[in-house]
Amino acid sequence: MANIFDILGPVMVGPSSSHTAGAVRIGLIGRQLFGRQPDKASVYLHGSFAATGRGHGTDKAIIAGLLGMKPDDLRIPDSFKIAEEMGMNFVIEPKELRDAHPNTAEIIMESEDGRKLNLQAFSIGGGRIRVNRLDGLDVSFSGETNTLIVKNQDQPGCITDVSTVLNLCGINIATMQVFRAKRGGTAVMVVETDQVVPRSALEMLEGRTGIIKVTFLNVNEKE
Amino acid sequence: MSYQSIEEAYARCEKEGIEFWKAVQLEDAEERDVKEEDSWKQMKGMWQAMLDSIDTYDPALTSRSGLVGKEGGLMEAYREKGDTLCGDFMGKVMANALKMGCNNACMKRIVAAPTAGACGVLPAVLVTYYREYGVPEETMIEAMYVAAGIGQIIAGRAYLAGASGGCQAEIGSGSGMAAAAICHVKGGSKEQLGHACAMALKNLMGLVCDPVGGLVEVPCVKRNVGGAVNALAAADMALAGIISQIPLDQVIDAMKEVGDRMDVSLKETGIGGVAGSLRAQEVLRAME
Ligand code: SF4
Repeated sequence: MANIFDILGPVMVGPSSSHTAGAVRIGLIGRQLFGRQPDKASVYLHGSFAATGRGHGTDKAIIAGLLGMKPDDLRIPDSFKIAEEMGMNFVIEPKELRDAHPNTAEIIMESEDGRKLNLQAFSIGGGRIRVNRLDGLDVSFSGETNTLIVKNQDQPGCITDVSTVLNLCGINIATMQVFRAKRGGTAVMVVETDQVVPRSALEMLEGRTGIIKVTFLNVNEKE
Repeated sequence: MSYQSIEEAYARCEKEGIEFWKAVQLEDAEERDVKEEDSWKQMKGMWQAMLDSIDTYDPALTSRSGLVGKEGGLMEAYREKGDTLCGDFMGKVMANALKMGCNNACMKRIVAAPTAGACGVLPAVLVTYYREYGVPEETMIEAMYVAAGIGQIIAGRAYLAGASGGCQAEIGSGSGMAAAAICHVKGGSKEQLGHACAMALKNLMGLVCDPVGGLVEVPCVKRNVGGAVNALAAADMALAGIISQIPLDQVIDAMKEVGDRMDVSLKETGIGGVAGSLRAQEVLRAME
């Protein structure tokens, strides 16, 4: 159910809450998940994002988000130029994605030290989004709350490890979802938490056997 | 739980002896588990953002398609000559609605109310009145709660997105919200603001969403004028003692039914309505 600030709001740069504000959020969440500004970003627009994205500034909006801007940032229209100044290379292309929501974008982020993250997300209207693919695995989260993402081998004990570490740090789990490609393959845990997961806990998790990658989306992080 | 109907909100007002805006604020504080003062502060922030947004208008800008941008400036210049058909106040309302619509199309900062496409209706009515008549700011923030509360009821019973219910859901809802809000500012009772909203919604019922090229430019920018002028007319009717013979909740339900029956070509697909016109096709070809 919408609260009154979903009705009056968001404060945003126009012209479209789904095609502009939502697109900024997709870029921003990509950056937050990547942990820093990527050196290179490849952005693929699908469906209505591809068809009317240029007129709505969807392309500029996603780049703005990758640069750390929020949906009300007045520099959004100039994001291409700013990306150049800040040394972020990017390409934007239309792409047909299978079974995707009409307002979907795929972003591949890379850094010079060889790190890479592949994210697919879609805009649901009102400036809100959902991330639905991460490094090729299906997931589903909004990025509106603190979210811990753990990529692991699908083997016994991983879920217990994560909940134990969070418990030790006094962190309350709001929701927890587990996604896997196939039995015994790679799996992803998406844990929405009430508190911020500290760096030390993330390091503790990274050291556990079976855990491949740990990412934390801190919604209150100031840049 | 937010109000499912205006009747439910009225019932709380009567039970607790409070005004409609207060019932909306209390519900927000309870629902989001925040203090009343914090809810108020946040609403004040929205109001300030609306004031700021109107002032950022720049008549020299054009939208990415080149179709809109200078309308706010043209209207302002015309009004300043002092010979508008609708009078000076209405001229200002129209100019402000256009400015906000142009701001949105030109990637400036706006407040979606309820959507980005309809962002000009509420500020055109509220900000213009505030600046013209020097009402206390508190009253305007109360009016923002009235608008939000009405919008929430519409969101629950029908919809607020052109893609779901046509433009009646965006400009129509914006107009209904603005009618109720300005009615409150003028000292109308809770029943009067409900009637104002119902009349505004009925006048725009069936309005289709037909943006040229799928862009929030044509007819969106000028439709904000329609929504604002309609809101003021509906509020004046309600303040004159005219009532909507159909209760607000039933008007919203009717709007939902109309939206459900509306053909998909008329719901933000850029196919039907003026989006399907010959001129629209020419514009699109030129843009490629
Ligand atoms: S025509 Fe469609 S896009 Fe334009 S304001 Fe109306 S509902 Fe929004």
